[in-house]
Amino acid sequence: MKELDIFPLELHRAGLSMGGKRVLKDIDCQIGARPQKTFVIGPNGAGKSLFLKLCHGLLQAEEGTVHWGGVAGKDARLAQAMVFQRPVMLRRSALGNIDYALRLRGIARAERRDRTEALLKRTGLGHLAKVSARALSFGEQQRLALARALAFTPLVLFLDEPTASLDPAAAHLVEDIIEEAAVDGTKVIMSSHDLGQAQRMADEVIFLHRGRIKEFRIASDFFAAPKNDLARDFLEGKPLWWRRRSIYRNGGAK
Amino acid sequence: MDAFAAAFAAAGDLILSADAGLVEIIALSLEVSLIAVGLSALIGMPLGGLIALATFPGRRAIIVVFNALMGLPPVVVGLVVYLLLSRSGPFGVLDLLFTPTAMIVAQVILVLPIIVSLTRQILEFLWIDYRETLRSFGATRIQCLATLLWDGRFMLVTALLAGFGRAIAEVGAVMIVGGNIDHLTRVMTTAIALEASKGELALALGLGLILLAISLVLNVLAQSLRSLGETWSLA
Amino acid sequence: MTFAGCRSLMSRGLAPIICLILSISPAQAQRPFITLASTTSTQNSGLFRHVLPKFTRATGIAVRVVAVGTGAAIRLARAGDADVLLVHHKESELAFVAAGHGSLRRSVMYNDFILVGPGSDPAEIRSILDVDHALSRIASAQAIFLSRGDQSGTHKRELELWADASTNPAVASGEWYRETGSGMGATLNVAAAMGGYTLTDRGSWLGFANKRGLVLLHEGDPRLRNEYGVVLVSRDRHPHVKAKAGQVFVDWILSEEGMDAIDEFEIDGTRLFHAIR
Repeated sequence: MKELDIFPLELHRAGLSMGGKRVLKDIDCQIGARPQKTFVIGPNGAGKSLFLKLCHGLLQAEEGTVHWGGVAGKDARLAQAMVFQRPVMLRRSALGNIDYALRLRGIARAERRDRTEALLKRTGLGHLAKVSARALSFGEQQRLALARALAFTPLVLFLDEPTASLDPAAAHLVEDIIEEAAVDGTKVIMSSHDLGQAQRMADEVIFLHRGRIKEFRIASDFFAAPKNDLARDFLEGKPLWWRRRSIYRNGGAK
Repeated sequence: MDAFAAAFAAAGDLILSADAGLVEIIALSLEVSLIAVGLSALIGMPLGGLIALATFPGRRAIIVVFNALMGLPPVVVGLVVYLLLSRSGPFGVLDLLFTPTAMIVAQVILVLPIIVSLTRQILEFLWIDYRETLRSFGATRIQCLATLLWDGRFMLVTALLAGFGRAIAEVGAVMIVGGNIDHLTRVMTTAIALEASKGELALALGLGLILLAISLVLNVLAQSLRSLGETWSLA
Repeated sequence: MTFAGCRSLMSRGLAPIICLILSISPAQAQRPFITLASTTSTQNSGLFRHVLPKFTRATGIAVRVVAVGTGAAIRLARAGDADVLLVHHKESELAFVAAGHGSLRRSVMYNDFILVGPGSDPAEIRSILDVDHALSRIASAQAIFLSRGDQSGTHKRELELWADASTNPAVASGEWYRETGSGMGATLNVAAAMGGYTLTDRGSWLGFANKRGLVLLHEGDPRLRNEYGVVLVSRDRHPHVKAKAGQVFVDWILSEEGMDAIDEFEIDGTRLFHAIR
């Protein structure tokens, strides 16, 4: 799987509507295998989750195209994995959750056992292998979701605010696992609204606002001096709601 | 009140004497109904799951039809199966009329819509939870179906129990296609109907109490299995 | 148990279940048998329990009794779903044979119909000697009368008796004349509960346990004779019919042994059926 080269991921004028509202507009970008960690940031409702799901193929673009360079869709699909903000645990043990993922890829029993054990150990869940996944704490569930995603040995790992609902200690453990995966060569595409986390981890940044990419740059440059006004306000913690014309008009009428 | 006391006494006598005829009738009732429920589950659970997963034109109509079929009167099912299995009917050559097999066929028709509808409802609910994750895994439709059936297994016990309740309690269909033949197709409900028609009301009611007790034991067993499984998996 | 397991589930799980179902059928086929379509009156009285084991012992042939009304029994036989008929409406039986469905019809036994009703006897039929008169009195008193209403032998006879009494009870249907549309036992249950009159065969009456206030009020009119006939379903019309075994049954029931078995059968010291020798 690792030999397969699916990069770059190219989005060309991609757009998406939901309930008659256009939620992603004119997305034009190219994401390569390097740098290792691409962060998608922006205020709530900017379309970060939708952007990730569009890239991952859970949502289909209504306008434009989403294309993995050079390979057929199905192969690209099997080289990806995603972790959601709220992990969905299958009604099985922790071990069973990882084993399930491996079995989906048709891996033999003996190898499944070894890899499951290694992944549980790597995510610090070795002692919880036999416990029902749904009985784990939220932080443990998120780590298990990560282990399960890594079981696919993905070339690309999408993470949709994986630490948003976790306390700092649990978030830290999750961050460590992500970093480790990146070091192993997995491309990480992760959304976050935690600016500290983004600054700590990101190699490059995509700034989204109201369904559009406003800025796409190397992380150090972006955080040092954002070009976009909105991005600057966002980094400075200023509210962006005043940009919303409808709210502005309502406010003006008062 | 005397009638009820007499019924309890009759039930007690039957059980204490371990009446061979009674044992035979109970065994056949359980055999027929359990096989009917098993077959219905084998067909109905994958079918219900498919309907839960799939999106196709006419899906809503199919759901409505299966919901409506849950109310099929057993007598009507009995008549239809009789006409099919009768020597003058299309499947007459199979020579199945007045056999336990015919009773199983009729009960499958009665139970199948219940299993399909309840499975669909339960798995639809589970699918909302699982959809994105399983699609992200790249699971095929068949794999999704198998996963839902397996992960929903404790909840699906409810569907099995509902189906079993319908099968074990109905009299109209098995009376017509089984013929209530002594030592061959006589089950609890047809025996009750026969005793009632002979005016042996206490005996009929006593048999009814035994049927109720059997049903109760099975339900308790299944429910504890279910809650055991659910406590473990926190479904 | 999941995906790859899905196929193996089909082969591993389905096979034993199919075997189980099939295993039921061979178990039944081990011993030769005939299907006898008969009436609830003979079954409920307990006659079959007394007579049929003797037949099976003598011939090795089991008898599967499907007990329904005479009308329903004849319909079953007409569809080819029974090998032998034992019912009690001679005209229908002869018509069945005349239409080619039956190959022969023989008289087997008789008992009689009786009128039962509440002990208070509101229509005062207790001392009436002929059945026309008794029915007329019930009609004129508008006392509740329960009819089978199910095209059974008893029902057909009841309608003939009303016709003899020049009364058309159908006009009072739902008022004092009430049709239950069910078997003899169910109708007796209703009569007991409503305190109504009804026509029943003596066998069902003696075997009936829920009499409450019901008593026998009228008997003995020669027109109340209730004759049972045996009919062998025709092999020409229904090739699959077990004609040979059916013939063995007919021969046996008409033999001395069969006739004696019928005559021996008693409830509380009362003989229920009289063999026609």
